[in-house]
Amino acid sequence: MSQDVFVVAEHLQGKIDDVTYELLGKARELAGQSGGHVVAVLMGSGIQDQAGSLGAADKVLYMEHAALENFNPESYAKALSHILEQNKPRLTLIPNTSMGMDLAAAVSVKNNLPLVAYATDVQFDNGQVVATSQLYGGKINVESVLEGDSSVVSVLAGSFPADAGKQDGSPAVETVAAPDGLDQTRVRFKNLIQPEGGDVDITQQDILVSVGRGIQSEDNLPMVEELAEALGGALASSRPIVDNKWLPKTRQVGKSGLKVKPKLYFAVGISGAPEHIEGMKDSELIIAINTDPEAPIFEVAHYGVTEDLFDVVPALTEKLKS
Amino acid sequence: MNIIVPVKQVPDLVEELEINEDGTDLDRDYLSYKLNEFDEHALEEALLLKEEHGGTVTVIAFEGEDTDKALYTAIAKGADRAVKITNDLPPGTPNHVLAKALASVLSGMEYDLILTGVQAADDRDGQLGVLLANYLDVPHVSVVSGVAPNNGAVTVQKEYAGGVMAEFEVDLPAVLGVQAARQTPRYAPVSRVRQVMRQAEIEEVEASDTEAEVGSSIRRMFKPEKGAGAQMLEGSPEEIAEQIIKILQEKGIKK
Repeated sequence: MSQDVFVVAEHLQGKIDDVTYELLGKARELAGQSGGHVVAVLMGSGIQDQAGSLGAADKVLYMEHAALENFNPESYAKALSHILEQNKPRLTLIPNTSMGMDLAAAVSVKNNLPLVAYATDVQFDNGQVVATSQLYGGKINVESVLEGDSSVVSVLAGSFPADAGKQDGSPAVETVAAPDGLDQTRVRFKNLIQPEGGDVDITQQDILVSVGRGIQSEDNLPMVEELAEALGGALASSRPIVDNKWLPKTRQVGKSGLKVKPKLYFAVGISGAPEHIEGMKDSELIIAINTDPEAPIFEVAHYGVTEDLFDVVPALTEKLKS
Repeated sequence: MNIIVPVKQVPDLVEELEINEDGTDLDRDYLSYKLNEFDEHALEEALLLKEEHGGTVTVIAFEGEDTDKALYTAIAKGADRAVKITNDLPPGTPNHVLAKALASVLSGMEYDLILTGVQAADDRDGQLGVLLANYLDVPHVSVVSGVAPNNGAVTVQKEYAGGVMAEFEVDLPAVLGVQAARQTPRYAPVSRVRQVMRQAEIEEVEASDTEAEVGSSIRRMFKPEKGAGAQMLEGSPEEIAEQIIKILQEKGIKK
């Protein structure tokens, strides 16, 4: 058993995702408390160079294998399980992302390790790992104590600043042999599908009016579009609007959509699920309209309105036009 | 293709959630429950696959608040079988335990595919589908938004950030965590649900194994801190509009 804090590095198309640096920064703080080292786990093929960007770690464990060239839920889980079995770190931090979701619960079962998911904070408290999860659509925080001398926490992207974990350097790189049969998988990666170019790139807009489930019907979209026009901005949306095919995927803000940082983010009828907040919370000015005063969007908004959007939006559009 | 869809009732997030006196659980006395919305998508995708390629859809739920209604509604939408797990596993039971129970029930059933919602609002200890797949030792992919059969396997699309997707081929049987069905989940008219309640039968089974090592416990539940949040604008719609315009002018966004 060690006191080390492991961080599973996430990468796509040869680029380390920012969430990795967020976790590395946090791991530095935690390892200081546990008296262990920060170890980054890098799995892939031909990406050993990336270790140089993981300078916030004391050591990088690198597993190279053709079956790890692209993320694969099965080969990556097998590889990570093997690494955790060999090292038994005090704590393993995994991003609670699309990729991380396929890993954290898998190693929890395979290695019989406690897991807490959707964490926005992790601490050592009297030698125990305590994780705070954001549950019930961001309406309730749940603090869990993890038992045992090795456990896993999957952490929501955006929970910690990336800067603390963004250090170039040359951490010691230790190459780990892949477990046998890593390429004998029942899941096979085929290819990546890039998003289609849209009419509007919402990541480049200064002003976004973003519409959510509160709009109720596709017929009400023009009303919000008119507000966007009056403000000189573009229309964006939360996930349900895109799932309903009312707007194209290129307009979707959030975890599986785009991350935006406009000067003004005007949220209309968006409750603010954690997946949405992740994509817009760094906007310079956030104004939100939602009839539910408990809606999590008001946690990140600077200004809030709980009046009916069907009254406020036309009134605002009219005043802007006059 | 024979598809199993495990579904779960979760608190309706539209309503106000209160925490109990111990501060370790929701105050569940007056909570209303609804089907996890991602499970609705999993069911829709299963029904679409059945309509296109034949086979059956079996919906499985744990006994609890409004479970029967959820199961009858699933049949009204087109599911062939509804199964209720009768063990005492109240809302808030950790997913490790639910997954273990499901695995013990499913190990006696024939299936090609298990579709679960990618996540639920109360997944404190990890996502049900991934846990279930690992207890069953079948492959899994989560955050899936497209499924198509392909020579005894399925081709699936998994969503990453920024609109990028990865395509995988997955051998069957498999567990998929569905993010979104190809179309909006269908609606079952109340009259049809009533008719199903008179005609259809819900099968009851008991899970033989509910022993899972969770390894964590809830110490405290609390609502996110207020105060740091938004400054609320009050008044008539016109007054609010004027306040907003003033803010935009102050920030230099609008002249």
